[in-house]
Amino acid sequence: MTSTRNATLFALALLAPALLYIIGIVAYPLVDTINLSFTNAALKKTYEFVGWANYEKIFKNNFNEVIVRTFVWTFFSVSIKMVVGTFGAVLLNAAVPGRALFRILTMPPWVVPMAIGIFMWGWMYNGQFGMISGLLQNFGIVDGPIAWLAYGNTAFWATIVTDVWIGVPLVTIYLLAAMQSIPRDLYEAAWTDGAGRFYRFRRITFPMIIPALVTMSLLSLIATFNSFDIIWILTRGGPSGSTTTMIIDTYKTAIGSYKYGEGAARAVMICIFLSLFCLAYFRVVGKINTGEKA
Amino acid sequence: MTDQPLNIAAEKTAHPADDLAVVPAIRKPAKAVRAMIDRYKWYEYTAIYAGMFVFLFFVLAPFIEGFMVSLKPLSALFSSPYSFWPKNGSLTAYFTMWQSVPGFWRYIVNSLFLSTTITIVVLIMVVPAAYAFARFPFKGRGIMLAAFLAVNMFSGAVLLIPLYRLMRSLGVLNTYFAMIVPGVAFLIPSAIWLLRTYMMRIPRELDEAAWVDGASRLYTLRRVILPIAMPGISVVAITTFIGAYAQQFIFALTFNSKTEFMPLPIGLFAYFGRQEVVWNELMAASFVGISPVLILIVFLQRYLVAGLTAGAVKT
Repeated sequence: MTSTRNATLFALALLAPALLYIIGIVAYPLVDTINLSFTNAALKKTYEFVGWANYEKIFKNNFNEVIVRTFVWTFFSVSIKMVVGTFGAVLLNAAVPGRALFRILTMPPWVVPMAIGIFMWGWMYNGQFGMISGLLQNFGIVDGPIAWLAYGNTAFWATIVTDVWIGVPLVTIYLLAAMQSIPRDLYEAAWTDGAGRFYRFRRITFPMIIPALVTMSLLSLIATFNSFDIIWILTRGGPSGSTTTMIIDTYKTAIGSYKYGEGAARAVMICIFLSLFCLAYFRVVGKINTGEKA
Repeated sequence: MTDQPLNIAAEKTAHPADDLAVVPAIRKPAKAVRAMIDRYKWYEYTAIYAGMFVFLFFVLAPFIEGFMVSLKPLSALFSSPYSFWPKNGSLTAYFTMWQSVPGFWRYIVNSLFLSTTITIVVLIMVVPAAYAFARFPFKGRGIMLAAFLAVNMFSGAVLLIPLYRLMRSLGVLNTYFAMIVPGVAFLIPSAIWLLRTYMMRIPRELDEAAWVDGASRLYTLRRVILPIAMPGISVVAITTFIGAYAQQFIFALTFNSKTEFMPLPIGLFAYFGRQEVVWNELMAASFVGISPVLILIVFLQRYLVAGLTAGAVKT
């Protein structure tokens, strides 16, 4: 419009509430976390600067192990989500009767309060009376009851399965949207040339959804890395630390044992990884966009 | 003027979610070819439905199991061998739970109250911000948009310590505020992105016409843009509400310990930690608690999809 200076001021005025809010509730706490990570802050009122002591301390403890575990947990969870999500999207994309209903039925894990879905998984994992152990026994696949959350190994996988369950609707619907935006002419041309269904998937659908797959993998990576509710409700990081990811570890240190300084140092480490993922995400999205414009 | 929103919505854009989200895109391919492509052989039908069954079973298993549990009497629940179907099942748990889970009503009301308040606060901040992003090419707009998106990537869990201290120094620990204030912050970014996309589709000519007629910028926003953007704002309101309802856990767990302010997930969580868990009643309570959103998705799934994919909107 007429004067750009005025327009800019007006735009900033419109932005101000949201911007100030985010600065107060997200940016300031972020800076405060970094700040606290160099102090011995705890429950007592005063605290002092301790340099890198917190960082030295956490790396002397078992922190490396926690980092590795977090990455393994996240890797499997994200990969399985993408595979299951692609599988679901392909099925939902098929033009068969009932697809609208199937699409609705995919969404509950995403929209219901997360914690409540996890409670239900908690019961399913119950060894004596839960569904998974029960059905496996009824079908004669296993002999005795398996308490999935009682052993380190099974608890690790059980939490991954529940995390996959929560993430799958988003991945599925997102990939479905990507599949439906592929021009139908491509399929029609391929069909006319005699290409079969599987060939069309491999040569048209799959290459066309790769940008969506990459974008979603990165978004999912960030969300999964931050996953807290599932592990906290199902195992609280146990048994004997086998499901303690970085987030859980930070929570236990900071909120559980009131070691704010040390907890903040752990939180800063999470932030560093998240920033890297975040950068990767923006680069990839930027590349995809410029690639499409060119 | 009244049919304006529809026209805007029908415009094709590049975002993949749009096909699902707004109005079905109208294409007219060679009908015959299309029909033949979509024709499946009997074994293909079998494979698709079988795959669908497996997929949906995974997605719905906890709900199915939860519902079965809510119908079983306690004695049947704690007995082996396991049986999937409830023998002599009944709806008793749905009636007795109101006594066993005292304050259950309170939890549901708290949950709805928190979500509603959060939604209103988010909308108040997001509507002007989205308009600014959609219309004014000010300096640093791209970076600011990216910064808003980046907020989504740092979950509340990372910021818990300073937030806890902040809430304590504000003296709002153990109040509704302690759950509303951080809840709002993490719902703002997607709401801005979603609404911005919608507003960008409103023709610029409308603003310009208002400007020529001598309307101030604020007046234009209030009287021209807002009415047209109403469908988009409703979508944002719905997705924000559902987001706020679905994600009530960590802040409520950490910043509030008063039973009377607890939202439903935390209220029920307290029971799940106990030794003597009355599982059938808790499952019944869970079902009553999630029923509002289950009903909502049947009617609003189209809008939900728009919100679901909003975080990944292209620039």
